[in-house]
Amino acid sequence: MNASQKERVLIKGNEAVAFGAVDAGCRCYFGYPITPQNEIPEALSVLLPENGGAFVQAESEVAASNMLLGAAACGIPAMTSSSGCGISLMQEAISYMAGSHVPGVIVNMQRGGPGLGDIGPSQGDYFQAVKGGGHGDHRNLVLAPATAQECYDLMFRAFALAFKYANPVMVLGDAIVGQIKEPVRREPPKDALRPEAVMALAKDWRLEGYGGRGEGAAPRLLKSVYLAEGALAGRNRLLMEKYAAMRAECAFEQTDTNDAELIVVAFGSIARIARSAIRRLRADGRKLGLFRPVTLYPFPAEALRALAPGRRFLVMEQNTGQMVEDVLLALNGAAAVSWHGVMPGLFIGADDLTEPILRALKEKKQ
Amino acid sequence: MAEYQDVIMAGFGGQGVMLIGNLLAQAAMEHGLEVSFIPVYGAEMRGGTANCTVVLDSRPIGSPLVREPLSTIVLNEPSLDKFQPRLRKDGVQIVNASLIREELVDKKLRSVCIPANDMAHELGNVKLANMVALGAWLRATGALPLTAVQEALRRVVSAHYARLIPVNAQALEAGYNFARRAAGQEA
Repeated sequence: MNASQKERVLIKGNEAVAFGAVDAGCRCYFGYPITPQNEIPEALSVLLPENGGAFVQAESEVAASNMLLGAAACGIPAMTSSSGCGISLMQEAISYMAGSHVPGVIVNMQRGGPGLGDIGPSQGDYFQAVKGGGHGDHRNLVLAPATAQECYDLMFRAFALAFKYANPVMVLGDAIVGQIKEPVRREPPKDALRPEAVMALAKDWRLEGYGGRGEGAAPRLLKSVYLAEGALAGRNRLLMEKYAAMRAECAFEQTDTNDAELIVVAFGSIARIARSAIRRLRADGRKLGLFRPVTLYPFPAEALRALAPGRRFLVMEQNTGQMVEDVLLALNGAAAVSWHGVMPGLFIGADDLTEPILRALKEKKQ
Repeated sequence: MAEYQDVIMAGFGGQGVMLIGNLLAQAAMEHGLEVSFIPVYGAEMRGGTANCTVVLDSRPIGSPLVREPLSTIVLNEPSLDKFQPRLRKDGVQIVNASLIREELVDKKLRSVCIPANDMAHELGNVKLANMVALGAWLRATGALPLTAVQEALRRVVSAHYARLIPVNAQALEAGYNFARRAAGQEA
Protein backbone atom coordinates (compact mmCIF):
# COMPACT_ATOMS: atom_id res chain seq x y z
CA MET A 1 0.00 0.00 0.00
CA ASN A 2 1.49 3.39 -0.91
CA ALA A 3 0.89 6.63 0.95
CA SER A 4 -1.78 8.01 -1.36
CA GLN A 5 -3.87 4.83 -1.09
CA LYS A 6 -3.74 5.10 2.70
CA GLU A 7 -5.41 8.49 2.42
CA ARG A 8 -8.51 7.07 0.77
CA VAL A 9 -11.53 6.42 2.97
CA LEU A 10 -14.49 4.25 2.00
CA ILE A 11 -17.58 6.40 2.56
CA LYS A 12 -21.05 6.96 1.13
CA GLY A 13 -21.78 9.84 -1.21
CA ASN A 14 -23.97 11.31 1.53
CA GLU A 15 -21.09 11.16 4.02
CA ALA A 16 -18.81 12.73 1.41
CA VAL A 17 -21.27 15.65 1.15
CA ALA A 18 -21.00 16.12 4.91
CA PHE A 19 -17.18 15.97 4.97
CA GLY A 20 -16.97 18.27 1.95
CA ALA A 21 -19.34 20.78 3.56
CA VAL A 22 -17.38 20.96 6.79
CA ASP A 23 -14.01 21.18 5.01
CA ALA A 24 -15.40 23.93 2.74
CA GLY A 25 -16.29 25.99 5.81
CA CYS A 26 -19.97 25.18 6.40
CA ARG A 27 -20.88 26.39 9.90
CA CYS A 28 -24.57 25.57 10.19
CA TYR A 29 -26.89 22.76 9.10
CA PHE A 30 -30.66 22.77 9.40
CA GLY A 31 -32.68 19.80 8.22
CA TYR A 32 -35.42 17.26 8.69
CA PRO A 33 -34.89 13.51 8.05
CA ILE A 34 -35.88 11.78 4.82
CA THR A 35 -34.49 8.77 2.95
CA PRO A 36 -32.20 8.49 0.93
CA GLN A 37 -30.12 11.38 2.33
CA ASN A 38 -30.14 10.68 6.09
CA GLU A 39 -26.40 10.04 6.31
CA ILE A 40 -25.87 13.76 5.56
CA PRO A 41 -27.52 15.02 8.77
CA GLU A 42 -26.26 11.96 10.66
CA ALA A 43 -22.63 12.78 9.82
CA LEU A 44 -23.04 16.55 10.26
CA SER A 45 -24.67 16.12 13.68
CA VAL A 46 -21.23 14.91 14.81
CA LEU A 47 -18.89 16.86 12.50
CA LEU A 48 -20.36 20.36 12.92
CA PRO A 49 -20.28 20.55 16.74
CA GLU A 50 -16.73 19.10 16.63
CA ASN A 51 -15.70 21.93 14.30
CA GLY A 52 -17.36 24.79 16.16
CA GLY A 53 -20.51 24.81 14.03
CA ALA A 54 -24.17 24.22 14.78
CA PHE A 55 -26.50 21.36 13.84
CA VAL A 56 -30.25 21.77 14.17
CA GLN A 57 -32.86 19.13 13.46
CA ALA A 58 -35.78 21.39 12.63
CA GLU A 59 -39.46 20.61 13.15
CA SER A 60 -40.07 20.55 9.39
CA GLU A 61 -38.47 21.29 6.03
CA VAL A 62 -40.28 24.64 5.96
CA ALA A 63 -38.60 25.60 9.22
CA ALA A 64 -35.20 24.22 8.17
CA SER A 65 -35.14 26.20 4.93
CA ASN A 66 -36.12 29.44 6.70
CA MET A 67 -33.39 28.87 9.30
CA LEU A 68 -31.00 28.54 6.35
CA LEU A 69 -32.30 31.83 4.93
CA GLY A 70 -31.59 33.49 8.27
CA ALA A 71 -28.09 32.11 8.75
CA ALA A 72 -27.09 32.84 5.15
CA ALA A 73 -28.40 36.41 5.41
CA CYS A 74 -25.81 36.87 8.18
CA GLY A 75 -23.09 35.73 5.78
CA ILE A 76 -22.67 32.35 7.48
CA PRO A 77 -21.87 29.41 5.17
CA ALA A 78 -24.88 27.20 5.90
CA MET A 79 -26.81 24.40 4.25
CA THR A 80 -29.77 22.08 4.32
CA SER A 81 -30.46 18.78 2.57
CA SER A 82 -33.52 16.74 1.74
CA SER A 83 -35.20 14.72 -0.98
CA GLY A 84 -38.44 14.57 -2.93
CA CYS A 85 -41.36 16.17 -1.10
CA GLY A 86 -38.96 17.70 1.44
CA ILE A 87 -37.34 19.80 -1.29
CA SER A 88 -40.79 20.88 -2.51
CA LEU A 89 -41.57 22.18 0.98
CA MET A 90 -38.39 24.31 0.86
CA GLN A 91 -39.22 26.10 -2.38
CA GLU A 92 -40.79 29.16 -0.73
CA ALA A 93 -37.61 29.91 1.22
CA ILE A 94 -35.42 29.18 -1.81
CA SER A 95 -37.37 31.76 -3.81
CA TYR A 96 -36.94 34.27 -0.95
CA MET A 97 -33.16 33.58 -0.91
CA ALA A 98 -32.96 34.20 -4.65
CA GLY A 99 -35.09 37.33 -4.40
CA SER A 100 -33.03 38.71 -1.50
CA HIS A 101 -29.55 37.87 -2.88
CA VAL A 102 -28.86 35.36 -0.10
CA PRO A 103 -26.48 32.40 -0.51
CA GLY A 104 -27.91 29.08 0.68
CA VAL A 105 -26.63 25.61 -0.19
CA ILE A 106 -29.35 22.99 -0.64
CA VAL A 107 -28.56 19.33 -1.32
CA ASN A 108 -31.26 17.24 -3.01
CA MET A 109 -30.57 13.49 -3.08
CA GLN A 110 -33.47 12.77 -5.39
CA ARG A 111 -35.89 9.91 -4.78
CA GLY A 112 -38.67 8.61 -6.99
CA GLY A 113 -41.74 10.82 -7.43
CA PRO A 114 -44.14 12.45 -8.00
CA GLY A 115 -45.84 12.74 -4.62
CA LEU A 116 -44.41 10.50 -1.91
CA GLY A 117 -43.06 8.22 -4.69
CA ASP A 118 -40.49 5.75 -3.39
CA ILE A 119 -36.95 5.80 -1.99
CA GLY A 120 -35.25 4.55 -5.17
CA PRO A 121 -33.11 6.63 -7.51
CA SER A 122 -34.62 9.29 -9.79
CA GLN A 123 -33.64 12.39 -11.74
CA GLY A 124 -37.21 13.64 -11.76
CA ASP A 125 -36.41 16.91 -9.95
CA TYR A 126 -34.31 18.23 -12.86
CA PHE A 127 -36.90 20.81 -13.92
CA GLN A 128 -37.57 21.85 -10.33
CA ALA A 129 -33.84 22.41 -9.75
CA VAL A 130 -32.78 24.12 -12.99
CA LYS A 131 -35.88 26.15 -13.80
CA GLY A 132 -36.05 27.79 -10.38
CA GLY A 133 -38.46 25.58 -8.49
CA GLY A 134 -40.06 28.24 -6.36
CA HIS A 135 -42.40 31.05 -7.37
CA GLY A 136 -41.32 34.08 -9.37
CA ASP A 137 -38.44 34.46 -11.77
CA HIS A 138 -35.47 32.85 -10.11
CA ARG A 139 -32.65 30.48 -10.89
CA ASN A 140 -30.45 28.25 -8.74
CA LEU A 141 -26.92 27.32 -9.64
CA VAL A 142 -27.18 23.53 -9.91
CA LEU A 143 -24.27 21.09 -9.51
CA ALA A 144 -24.66 17.37 -10.32
CA PRO A 145 -22.15 14.96 -8.72
CA ALA A 146 -21.75 11.46 -10.18
CA THR A 147 -19.33 9.90 -7.66
CA ALA A 148 -18.71 10.02 -3.93
CA GLN A 149 -15.46 11.92 -4.59
CA GLU A 150 -17.39 14.50 -6.59
CA CYS A 151 -19.92 14.81 -3.73
CA TYR A 152 -16.97 15.89 -1.59
CA ASP A 153 -15.33 18.15 -4.18
CA LEU A 154 -18.47 19.93 -5.37
CA MET A 155 -19.39 21.10 -1.87
CA PHE A 156 -16.42 23.48 -2.07
CA ARG A 157 -17.72 24.87 -5.35
CA ALA A 158 -21.26 25.04 -3.97
CA PHE A 159 -20.29 27.35 -1.09
CA ALA A 160 -17.92 29.43 -3.23
CA LEU A 161 -20.55 29.98 -5.93
CA ALA A 162 -23.34 30.67 -3.42
CA PHE A 163 -21.26 33.45 -1.87
CA LYS A 164 -19.80 34.74 -5.15
CA TYR A 165 -23.30 35.31 -6.59
CA ALA A 166 -25.26 35.65 -3.33
CA ASN A 167 -27.65 33.08 -4.74
CA PRO A 168 -28.99 29.66 -3.77
CA VAL A 169 -26.94 26.70 -5.02
CA MET A 170 -28.50 23.27 -5.33
CA VAL A 171 -26.40 20.09 -5.33
CA LEU A 172 -28.52 17.57 -7.22
CA GLY A 173 -27.68 13.93 -6.52
CA ASP A 174 -29.91 10.88 -6.27
CA ALA A 175 -30.36 7.68 -4.26
CA ILE A 176 -27.44 6.01 -6.07
CA VAL A 177 -25.02 8.91 -5.68
CA GLY A 178 -26.01 9.26 -2.02
CA GLN A 179 -25.93 5.57 -1.10
CA ILE A 180 -22.88 4.41 -3.06
CA LYS A 181 -19.75 3.76 -1.00
CA GLU A 182 -16.49 4.55 -2.78
CA PRO A 183 -12.93 5.53 -1.92
CA VAL A 184 -12.74 9.27 -1.28
CA ARG A 185 -9.67 11.43 -0.76
CA ARG A 186 -10.51 14.03 1.85
CA GLU A 187 -8.42 16.88 0.51
CA PRO A 188 -9.74 20.20 -0.84
CA PRO A 189 -9.70 20.52 -4.65
CA LYS A 190 -6.71 22.53 -5.86
CA ASP A 191 -8.83 25.48 -7.03
CA ALA A 192 -10.95 25.59 -3.84
CA LEU A 193 -11.40 28.91 -2.02
CA ARG A 194 -10.40 28.87 1.62
CA PRO A 195 -13.37 29.17 4.02
CA GLU A 196 -12.22 32.66 5.13
CA ALA A 197 -12.14 33.79 1.50
CA VAL A 198 -15.69 32.46 1.00
CA MET A 199 -16.96 34.34 4.05
CA ALA A 200 -15.15 37.52 2.96
CA LEU A 201 -17.33 37.57 -0.17
CA ALA A 202 -20.25 38.51 2.10
CA LYS A 203 -18.57 41.47 3.80
CA ASP A 204 -20.47 44.14 1.84
CA TRP A 205 -23.98 42.86 2.47
CA ARG A 206 -24.15 40.46 5.41
CA LEU A 207 -26.35 41.38 8.36
CA GLU A 208 -23.95 41.86 11.27
CA GLY A 209 -25.23 44.87 13.21
CA TYR A 210 -22.56 47.54 12.96
CA GLY A 211 -20.06 44.74 12.50
CA GLY A 212 -16.57 46.14 12.10
CA ARG A 213 -17.97 49.28 10.48
CA GLY A 214 -18.30 51.37 13.60
CA GLU A 215 -21.26 52.82 15.46
CA GLY A 216 -23.69 54.71 13.26
CA ALA A 217 -22.81 52.80 10.10
CA ALA A 218 -25.62 52.63 7.55
CA PRO A 219 -28.14 49.87 8.26
CA ARG A 220 -28.31 46.96 5.88
CA LEU A 221 -31.48 45.40 4.56
CA LEU A 222 -31.97 42.16 2.64
CA LYS A 223 -35.46 41.79 1.22
CA SER A 224 -37.43 40.40 -1.68
CA VAL A 225 -40.44 42.73 -1.51
CA TYR A 226 -40.40 45.71 -3.89
CA LEU A 227 -43.75 47.49 -3.97
CA ALA A 228 -42.81 50.91 -5.35
CA GLU A 229 -43.65 51.51 -8.98
CA GLY A 230 -40.92 50.09 -11.19
CA ALA A 231 -38.87 48.81 -8.24
CA LEU A 232 -39.55 45.13 -8.87
CA ALA A 233 -38.78 45.54 -12.56
CA GLY A 234 -35.37 46.94 -11.60
CA ARG A 235 -34.84 44.10 -9.19
CA ASN A 236 -35.61 41.50 -11.81
CA ARG A 237 -33.32 43.22 -14.31
CA LEU A 238 -30.53 42.97 -11.76
CA LEU A 239 -31.27 39.28 -11.16
CA MET A 240 -31.29 38.65 -14.91
CA GLU A 241 -27.83 40.22 -15.23
CA LYS A 242 -26.63 37.99 -12.39
CA TYR A 243 -27.95 34.87 -14.09
CA ALA A 244 -26.23 35.93 -17.33
CA ALA A 245 -22.93 36.34 -15.44
CA MET A 246 -23.28 32.80 -14.06
CA ARG A 247 -22.74 31.43 -17.56
CA ALA A 248 -19.01 31.73 -16.81
CA GLU A 249 -19.41 28.84 -14.34
CA CYS A 250 -20.44 26.18 -16.89
CA ALA A 251 -18.70 22.88 -16.14
CA PHE A 252 -18.85 19.55 -17.93
CA GLU A 253 -16.86 16.40 -18.62
CA GLN A 254 -16.48 14.78 -22.02
CA THR A 255 -15.15 11.31 -22.70
CA ASP A 256 -14.24 9.82 -26.10
CA THR A 257 -16.12 12.55 -27.96
CA ASN A 258 -13.41 13.19 -30.61
CA ASP A 259 -14.15 10.21 -32.85
CA ALA A 260 -17.74 9.69 -31.72
CA GLU A 261 -20.63 9.43 -34.17
CA LEU A 262 -23.12 9.32 -31.32
CA ILE A 263 -22.68 11.23 -28.08
CA VAL A 264 -24.64 10.22 -25.01
CA VAL A 265 -25.65 13.21 -22.89
CA ALA A 266 -26.31 12.23 -19.28
CA PHE A 267 -25.72 13.58 -15.77
CA GLY A 268 -25.19 12.17 -12.28
CA SER A 269 -25.59 8.44 -11.68
CA ILE A 270 -27.01 7.74 -15.14
CA ALA A 271 -23.89 9.31 -16.70
CA ARG A 272 -21.56 6.92 -14.87
CA ILE A 273 -23.74 3.92 -15.68
CA ALA A 274 -23.80 5.04 -19.34
CA ARG A 275 -19.99 5.32 -19.23
CA SER A 276 -19.78 1.58 -18.45
CA ALA A 277 -22.13 0.77 -21.33
CA ILE A 278 -20.14 3.03 -23.69
CA ARG A 279 -16.84 1.49 -22.59
CA ARG A 280 -18.20 -1.97 -23.37
CA LEU A 281 -19.58 -0.93 -26.78
CA ARG A 282 -16.42 0.96 -27.75
CA ALA A 283 -14.49 -2.26 -27.14
CA ASP A 284 -16.62 -3.66 -30.00
CA GLY A 285 -15.58 -0.75 -32.22
CA ARG A 286 -18.66 1.45 -31.82
CA LYS A 287 -17.89 5.15 -32.12
CA LEU A 288 -19.51 6.48 -28.95
CA GLY A 289 -18.77 9.34 -26.60
CA LEU A 290 -20.16 10.78 -23.38
CA PHE A 291 -20.97 14.40 -22.52
CA ARG A 292 -21.72 14.91 -18.83
CA PRO A 293 -22.91 18.33 -17.64
CA VAL A 294 -21.56 19.00 -14.13
CA THR A 295 -23.43 22.29 -13.91
CA LEU A 296 -27.06 21.74 -14.89
CA TYR A 297 -27.72 25.46 -14.47
CA PRO A 298 -26.00 27.13 -16.18
CA PHE A 299 -26.33 24.37 -18.77
CA PRO A 300 -23.10 23.94 -20.80
CA ALA A 301 -24.90 24.71 -24.04
CA GLU A 302 -21.98 26.21 -25.97
CA ALA A 303 -19.71 23.24 -25.31
CA LEU A 304 -22.44 20.88 -26.46
CA ARG A 305 -23.13 22.95 -29.58
CA ALA A 306 -19.43 22.87 -30.48
CA LEU A 307 -19.69 19.06 -30.73
CA ALA A 308 -22.73 19.13 -33.05
CA PRO A 309 -21.19 19.06 -36.56
CA GLY A 310 -21.41 15.54 -38.00
CA ARG A 311 -22.72 13.99 -34.80
CA ARG A 312 -25.94 12.68 -33.28
CA PHE A 313 -26.95 12.89 -29.65
CA LEU A 314 -28.75 10.52 -27.30
CA VAL A 315 -30.04 11.94 -24.02
CA MET A 316 -30.32 9.39 -21.21
CA GLU A 317 -31.91 10.39 -17.92
CA GLN A 318 -33.90 8.79 -15.11
CA ASN A 319 -37.18 10.63 -15.63
CA THR A 320 -39.88 10.99 -18.27
CA GLY A 321 -38.03 13.60 -20.34
CA GLN A 322 -36.56 16.77 -18.82
CA MET A 323 -32.88 17.51 -19.62
CA VAL A 324 -33.64 16.55 -23.24
CA GLU A 325 -35.41 19.92 -23.53
CA ASP A 326 -32.23 21.79 -22.57
CA VAL A 327 -30.21 19.68 -25.01
CA LEU A 328 -32.68 20.50 -27.81
CA LEU A 329 -32.49 24.20 -26.93
CA ALA A 330 -28.69 24.08 -26.83
CA LEU A 331 -28.36 22.35 -30.20
CA ASN A 332 -31.20 24.37 -31.75
CA GLY A 333 -31.51 21.99 -34.69
CA ALA A 334 -27.75 21.68 -35.33
CA ALA A 335 -27.86 17.90 -34.76
CA ALA A 336 -30.41 15.11 -34.38
CA VAL A 337 -31.35 14.25 -30.79
CA SER A 338 -32.98 11.09 -29.50
CA TRP A 339 -33.95 10.26 -25.95
CA HIS A 340 -34.04 7.26 -23.60
CA GLY A 341 -35.74 7.52 -20.24
CA VAL A 342 -35.21 5.19 -17.30
CA MET A 343 -38.27 5.24 -15.09
CA PRO A 344 -37.84 6.73 -11.60
CA GLY A 345 -37.44 4.19 -8.81
CA LEU A 346 -35.57 1.59 -10.89
CA PHE A 347 -32.08 0.36 -10.01
CA ILE A 348 -30.37 -0.21 -13.34
CA GLY A 349 -26.96 -1.36 -14.55
CA ALA A 350 -24.92 -0.80 -17.70
CA ASP A 351 -26.65 -3.84 -19.29
CA ASP A 352 -29.89 -1.85 -19.28
CA LEU A 353 -28.38 0.99 -21.32
CA THR A 354 -26.47 -0.92 -24.03
CA GLU A 355 -29.64 -1.83 -25.99
CA PRO A 356 -31.02 1.72 -26.19
CA ILE A 357 -27.58 3.01 -27.25
CA LEU A 358 -27.33 0.37 -30.00
CA ARG A 359 -30.86 1.29 -31.15
CA ALA A 360 -29.91 4.96 -31.41
CA LEU A 361 -26.76 4.04 -33.36
CA LYS A 362 -28.86 2.06 -35.86
CA GLU A 363 -31.28 4.98 -36.33
CA LYS A 364 -28.36 6.98 -37.60
CA LYS A 365 -27.49 4.50 -40.30
CA GLN A 366 -31.01 4.53 -41.71
CA MET B 1 -5.80 -11.04 -10.53
CA ALA B 2 -8.89 -10.40 -12.60
CA GLU B 3 -9.08 -6.95 -14.22
CA TYR B 4 -12.76 -6.50 -13.44
CA GLN B 5 -15.04 -8.35 -11.03
CA ASP B 6 -18.52 -7.82 -9.71
CA VAL B 7 -20.59 -9.65 -7.11
CA ILE B 8 -24.13 -9.48 -5.76
CA MET B 9 -24.39 -10.69 -2.16
CA ALA B 10 -27.83 -11.58 -0.88
CA GLY B 11 -29.52 -13.13 2.12
CA PHE B 12 -32.03 -12.55 4.91
CA GLY B 13 -31.73 -9.28 6.77
CA GLY B 14 -29.37 -10.14 9.65
CA GLN B 15 -27.23 -12.70 7.81
CA GLY B 16 -24.58 -10.04 7.37
CA VAL B 17 -24.45 -9.48 3.63
CA MET B 18 -23.87 -5.73 4.13
CA LEU B 19 -20.96 -6.50 6.45
CA ILE B 20 -19.16 -8.77 3.99
CA GLY B 21 -19.91 -6.30 1.18
CA ASN B 22 -18.31 -3.52 3.19
CA LEU B 23 -15.40 -5.74 4.16
CA LEU B 24 -14.69 -6.72 0.56
CA ALA B 25 -14.90 -3.09 -0.58
CA GLN B 26 -12.59 -1.90 2.21
CA ALA B 27 -10.07 -4.66 1.43
CA ALA B 28 -10.17 -3.87 -2.28
CA MET B 29 -9.55 -0.18 -1.62
CA GLU B 30 -6.62 -0.95 0.67
CA HIS B 31 -5.29 -3.28 -2.02
CA GLY B 32 -5.12 -0.30 -4.38
CA LEU B 33 -8.16 -1.13 -6.53
CA GLU B 34 -11.08 1.06 -7.51
CA VAL B 35 -14.25 -0.23 -5.88
CA SER B 36 -17.91 0.58 -5.33
CA PHE B 37 -20.36 -0.83 -2.79
CA ILE B 38 -24.07 -0.17 -3.01
CA PRO B 39 -26.83 -1.57 -0.81
CA VAL B 40 -30.24 -2.22 -2.29
CA TYR B 41 -32.70 -1.43 0.39
CA GLY B 42 -36.39 -0.79 0.48
CA ALA B 43 -39.60 -2.65 1.02
CA GLU B 44 -37.93 -6.00 0.39
CA MET B 45 -35.74 -5.45 3.45
CA ARG B 46 -38.74 -5.81 5.73
CA GLY B 47 -40.05 -8.97 4.12
CA GLY B 48 -37.17 -11.13 3.09
CA THR B 49 -33.91 -10.46 1.36
CA ALA B 50 -31.28 -7.76 1.61
CA ASN B 51 -28.61 -7.45 -1.04
CA CYS B 52 -25.64 -5.37 -2.03
CA THR B 53 -23.41 -5.11 -5.09
CA VAL B 54 -19.63 -4.71 -5.04
CA VAL B 55 -17.69 -3.85 -8.20
CA LEU B 56 -13.87 -4.08 -8.33
CA ASP B 57 -11.73 -2.73 -11.15
CA SER B 58 -8.33 -1.28 -11.87
CA ARG B 59 -10.09 1.63 -13.61
CA PRO B 60 -12.63 4.07 -12.09
CA ILE B 61 -15.97 2.34 -11.65
CA GLY B 62 -18.78 3.35 -13.99
CA SER B 63 -21.92 1.44 -13.14
CA PRO B 64 -22.10 0.36 -9.48
CA LEU B 65 -25.04 -1.92 -10.30
CA VAL B 66 -25.18 -4.96 -12.59
CA ARG B 67 -28.18 -6.80 -13.98
CA GLU B 68 -26.19 -9.92 -14.91
CA PRO B 69 -23.45 -10.38 -12.32
CA LEU B 70 -20.19 -12.26 -12.84
CA SER B 71 -20.60 -13.77 -9.40
CA THR B 72 -23.05 -14.02 -6.51
CA ILE B 73 -23.07 -15.06 -2.88
CA VAL B 74 -26.52 -16.37 -2.00
CA LEU B 75 -27.19 -17.18 1.64
CA ASN B 76 -30.86 -18.24 1.44
CA GLU B 77 -33.39 -19.69 -1.03
CA PRO B 78 -35.24 -16.44 -1.88
CA SER B 79 -31.85 -15.00 -2.90
CA LEU B 80 -31.07 -18.01 -5.08
CA ASP B 81 -34.51 -17.68 -6.73
CA LYS B 82 -33.86 -14.05 -7.48
CA PHE B 83 -30.24 -14.06 -8.60
CA GLN B 84 -29.47 -17.51 -10.05
CA PRO B 85 -31.40 -16.72 -13.28
CA ARG B 86 -29.42 -13.49 -13.64
CA LEU B 87 -25.93 -15.00 -13.14
CA ARG B 88 -23.77 -14.81 -16.25
CA LYS B 89 -23.24 -18.17 -17.94
CA ASP B 90 -19.48 -17.85 -17.34
CA GLY B 91 -20.06 -16.70 -13.75
CA VAL B 92 -19.82 -18.44 -10.40
CA GLN B 93 -22.21 -18.56 -7.46
CA ILE B 94 -21.41 -19.30 -3.83
CA VAL B 95 -24.44 -21.18 -2.49
CA ASN B 96 -25.15 -21.59 1.23
CA ALA B 97 -25.88 -25.35 1.21
CA SER B 98 -26.96 -25.23 4.88
CA LEU B 99 -30.15 -23.38 3.92
CA ILE B 100 -30.55 -24.00 0.18
CA ARG B 101 -31.73 -27.34 -1.20
CA GLU B 102 -29.28 -28.88 -3.64
CA GLU B 103 -31.98 -29.65 -6.23
CA LEU B 104 -32.62 -25.93 -6.68
CA VAL B 105 -29.07 -25.28 -7.87
CA ASP B 106 -28.75 -25.02 -11.66
CA LYS B 107 -26.25 -27.73 -12.68
CA LYS B 108 -25.28 -25.83 -15.83
CA LEU B 109 -23.78 -23.04 -13.74
CA ARG B 110 -20.49 -23.09 -11.89
CA SER B 111 -21.44 -23.24 -8.21
CA VAL B 112 -19.60 -23.70 -4.95
CA CYS B 113 -22.15 -25.26 -2.58
CA ILE B 114 -20.80 -24.68 0.89
CA PRO B 115 -22.54 -25.55 4.20
CA ALA B 116 -21.76 -22.09 5.56
CA ASN B 117 -24.05 -22.20 8.59
CA ASP B 118 -22.79 -25.63 9.68
CA MET B 119 -19.16 -24.63 9.26
CA ALA B 120 -19.84 -21.41 11.17
CA HIS B 121 -21.50 -23.42 13.93
CA GLU B 122 -18.39 -25.60 14.19
CA LEU B 123 -16.33 -22.44 14.59
CA GLY B 124 -18.54 -21.53 17.53
CA ASN B 125 -20.92 -18.94 16.10
CA VAL B 126 -23.50 -19.38 13.34
CA LYS B 127 -23.26 -15.64 12.62
CA LEU B 128 -19.92 -16.34 10.92
CA ALA B 129 -21.69 -17.97 7.94
CA ASN B 130 -21.28 -14.76 5.92
CA MET B 131 -17.48 -14.83 6.43
CA VAL B 132 -17.31 -18.52 5.47
CA ALA B 133 -19.16 -17.71 2.24
CA LEU B 134 -16.94 -14.70 1.46
CA GLY B 135 -13.86 -16.87 2.01
CA ALA B 136 -15.18 -19.36 -0.57
CA TRP B 137 -15.88 -16.49 -2.98
CA LEU B 138 -12.31 -15.21 -2.65
CA ARG B 139 -10.95 -18.62 -3.67
CA ALA B 140 -13.50 -19.18 -6.44
CA THR B 141 -12.91 -15.81 -8.12
CA GLY B 142 -9.30 -15.06 -7.21
CA ALA B 143 -10.35 -11.41 -7.03
CA LEU B 144 -8.35 -10.56 -3.91
CA PRO B 145 -5.89 -12.40 -1.65
CA LEU B 146 -7.41 -13.93 1.49
CA THR B 147 -4.89 -12.07 3.66
CA ALA B 148 -5.96 -8.68 2.24
CA VAL B 149 -9.51 -9.31 3.42
CA GLN B 150 -8.45 -10.71 6.81
CA GLU B 151 -6.27 -7.64 7.27
CA ALA B 152 -9.18 -5.28 6.49
CA LEU B 153 -11.35 -6.81 9.26
CA ARG B 154 -9.78 -4.42 11.74
CA ARG B 155 -11.15 -1.40 9.85
CA VAL B 156 -14.66 -2.79 9.34
CA VAL B 157 -15.46 -4.52 12.64
CA SER B 158 -16.25 -1.94 15.34
CA ALA B 159 -13.98 -1.67 18.39
CA HIS B 160 -16.77 -3.14 20.51
CA TYR B 161 -16.45 -6.46 18.63
CA ALA B 162 -12.67 -6.39 18.16
CA ARG B 163 -12.31 -9.62 20.18
CA LEU B 164 -14.23 -11.43 17.42
CA ILE B 165 -11.73 -10.50 14.67
CA PRO B 166 -9.58 -13.68 15.00
CA VAL B 167 -12.59 -16.01 14.69
CA ASN B 168 -13.87 -13.99 11.69
CA ALA B 169 -10.45 -14.41 10.07
CA GLN B 170 -10.66 -18.16 10.77
CA ALA B 171 -14.11 -18.32 9.19
CA LEU B 172 -12.81 -16.61 6.04
CA GLU B 173 -9.97 -19.14 5.88
CA ALA B 174 -12.28 -22.10 6.44
CA GLY B 175 -14.46 -21.00 3.51
CA TYR B 176 -11.41 -20.35 1.37
CA ASN B 177 -10.01 -23.84 2.07
CA PHE B 178 -13.38 -25.47 1.41
CA ALA B 179 -13.52 -23.85 -2.04
CA ARG B 180 -9.94 -24.90 -2.74
CA ARG B 181 -10.77 -28.54 -1.94
CA ALA B 182 -13.96 -28.27 -4.04
CA ALA B 183 -11.90 -26.94 -6.96
CA GLY B 184 -9.52 -29.87 -6.55
CA GLN B 185 -12.42 -32.31 -6.86
CA GLU B 186 -13.68 -30.51 -10.00
CA ALA B 187 -10.27 -30.97 -11.60
